Amino acid sequence: MDWITTVDHKKIAILYLWAGGLFFGIGGLEAILIRIQLIKPMNDFLDAQTFNELITMHGTTMIFLGVMPVIFALMNAVIPLQIGARDVAFPFLNALGFWTFLFGGILLNLSWIMGGAPDAGWTSYAPLSSSTYSTTHGVDFYTIGLQIAGLGTLIGGINFLATIITMRAPGMSYMRMPMFAWTTFITSAIILFAFPAITVGLVLLTFDRILGANFFEVGGGGSPVLWQHIFWIFGHPEVYILILPAFGIISEVIPTFSRKRLFGYSSMVFATILIAFLGFMVWAHHMFTTGLGPVANALFSVSTMLIAVPTGIKIFNWLFTMWGGQVRFTTPNLFAAGFIPTFTMGGVTGVMLASAPADFQFHDTYFVVAHFHYVIVGGLVLGLFAGLHYWWPKMFGRMLSESLGKWTFWTFIIGFHMTFFVQHFLGLMGMQRRVFTYLPNQQFDLLNLVSTIGAFLMGVGMIIFLINIYLTSRKPADASNDPWEDGRTLEWTIPSPPPEYNFKQTPLVRGIDAFWKEKTAGHTAMTPAEPVGSIHMPSATAIPFVMSVGIFIAGLGFMFSRDEFGNALMSFLFNNYIVTAIGLLITFGAMLIRSLYDDHGWHIEPEELEGR
Amino acid sequence: MTTAHAEAANGTLPHEPERATAEGRNKVLAFWLFLGGEAVLFGTLFATFLALRNQTNGGPSANELFHLPLVAAATFILLVSSLTSVFAIQAMHRNNIAQLRNWLILTVLLGLGFLGLEIYEFSVYVRHEEFGMTTSAFSSAFYTLVGFHGAHVAFGIAWISLLIGQLSYKGLTVVTAPKIYVSAMYWHFIDVVWVFIFTVVYLLGKVG
Repeated sequence: MDWITTVDHKKIAILYLWAGGLFFGIGGLEAILIRIQLIKPMNDFLDAQTFNELITMHGTTMIFLGVMPVIFALMNAVIPLQIGARDVAFPFLNALGFWTFLFGGILLNLSWIMGGAPDAGWTSYAPLSSSTYSTTHGVDFYTIGLQIAGLGTLIGGINFLATIITMRAPGMSYMRMPMFAWTTFITSAIILFAFPAITVGLVLLTFDRILGANFFEVGGGGSPVLWQHIFWIFGHPEVYILILPAFGIISEVIPTFSRKRLFGYSSMVFATILIAFLGFMVWAHHMFTTGLGPVANALFSVSTMLIAVPTGIKIFNWLFTMWGGQVRFTTPNLFAAGFIPTFTMGGVTGVMLASAPADFQFHDTYFVVAHFHYVIVGGLVLGLFAGLHYWWPKMFGRMLSESLGKWTFWTFIIGFHMTFFVQHFLGLMGMQRRVFTYLPNQQFDLLNLVSTIGAFLMGVGMIIFLINIYLTSRKPADASNDPWEDGRTLEWTIPSPPPEYNFKQTPLVRGIDAFWKEKTAGHTAMTPAEPVGSIHMPSATAIPFVMSVGIFIAGLGFMFSRDEFGNALMSFLFNNYIVTAIGLLITFGAMLIRSLYDDHGWHIEPEELEGR
Repeated sequence: MTTAHAEAANGTLPHEPERATAEGRNKVLAFWLFLGGEAVLFGTLFATFLALRNQTNGGPSANELFHLPLVAAATFILLVSSLTSVFAIQAMHRNNIAQLRNWLILTVLLGLGFLGLEIYEFSVYVRHEEFGMTTSAFSSAFYTLVGFHGAHVAFGIAWISLLIGQLSYKGLTVVTAPKIYVSAMYWHFIDVVWVFIFTVVYLLGKVG
């Protein structure tokens, strides 16, 4: 019950972590099934329909329900601590964002047991996703599940923007903010300007499928290419929503374990902003083969290649940070160091794909699959592993085992390169993506076998990580404030795990890497910016949970509103939108209750603070 | 914050009660951000409409369909409602609750008038022109863009009505003032969106 009503950002972080971890596991199993099917030519382990459902759900689950929540988990766990705040700007909305994400994810995954998963690919290209070619409810689960989950992301994005703008500790100017706070800030801005586009796209697709609209129906005057434009004007910035937080994590981990300031801090900030800006200018590089014409292709080709410049700045800054530093290869730093070459390889194939004429060859082959897995797994997932190992003691008060962590790293990264490195060559030799099997004797056999073995090795790495978590959870919570001993930022100045009010006294920030600055001046703690006083806390509430349940019911009701049921009562309830109305009533009723009763919160008094 | 609460209890509100507390300032800031997202939402809908506005699939075209005097009347009503919401906020800053309530009620009534005209317009199209959601890509884009705006107006009417009710039994405090202020921001926003709809959908449809 405590977990349902919590509005504490640290507990919400843990909720995001478990829920994201669960979906990550589901997405991982889907990936393993895909790789088993492709282990040999003409395999009949899966049929074509199931394979389509698996690739669709693997991509959708991993992007929206796997890695995004884990990013949000780290942001929630760390950002208020790093900027010296007692909480996020809107604790209630923070909880609401989590619950809408969770119920959206549950709705999407219900498709496995309620008559067919989405099967049109994670991009749901029209007309494959139209009701003509996708006759089950699969794509409806996709549109409505993602709509609900996307609402949660948008709420989270606005919340982090407001938090970082208004709740920084005294003295923390923008140019003194830790890089992870910076990338969270920019990521949230991208979320704010990218997610409404997919909101519209999903609405249009829903209207096409359920209300018979003609947005993407060529027969009614619609345009399937319009779907691609809307999808990618969201979808390309989404790539940077995913990768910028990883950049932020790497920029925290490397200086800590090099015992050096981050090289080129201000160039890192401006590179981040530039990447975010360019990220919105390049969406059509996903669409070179749709026939946009040479001028459009050339423009999008050049703007895409431009992104290599700020990204290169970042890569070199990380290398220069390590250069001459006292580098310690702890597990987080191993992941961070492994990230740099792996992500660079993904970037290089990105430049290859950005060349429009070459893209006509690479398009829809395993070369593309290899490229984006190098970016998203080799970039983001390694970054998340680095961040999880790094901040685990802060979140839970327990250090993860270093030796098991190193086992996780080596099995995962070797498995990763085995899986995806060979896929570059499969793609160059012409193996198509999204096809459930291939013919023998096209020189695809051996490389696919290698790829599948690699996927299993990654699975082993994940299992070692889970064992590590399990064993760690049985140890006493005895991590010190600064368990890595070289912590540079504010989160390492308070106990692990932090008390619910985070900072007894808001700290005074006197420079970049605030804690490190105090340490080098010979201080062991931050100078407080205020006297010890009564701390105002928000009240716990179940309203966000109830609101999300309402949206979930409304979504299900709308999805089945045109169905014929064997049972007359069911038909009556669904076909007259009664279920939808009940769901919306629950949500709006909960909102009304929220507005009627002012939440004055409660206070922690100074005597209580001293008592601990 | 505690002083602001005390002032509210005494009936002596600060000049800008919506910005008197950190919560209030955060709410106003976050609402600006939210409107940024809404702008992208409507931007995407406008882009869709512009892409599909000539795809009539044998159904009625914009030029045959639209009746500008009706739309102009609706536009006038909505623009005036924006003005009345400004007067409401000015009354709030003068701490005059009676005037605030009256201007808000007038805003809601004008909003209802606009919505009534829009519903009438849609019903004429559907019944007499055989122009429905499924007729063509143009009709789908038209109903979705204009309907989304109409849904925003309807939501705004419900929201401001509830705030009027809240004003009656809670009075004007540093908690209610930010809510009224952001609802006025919202109302201006949907008004601005309508100006674009009037231009892009109706004027361009008649002459473009």
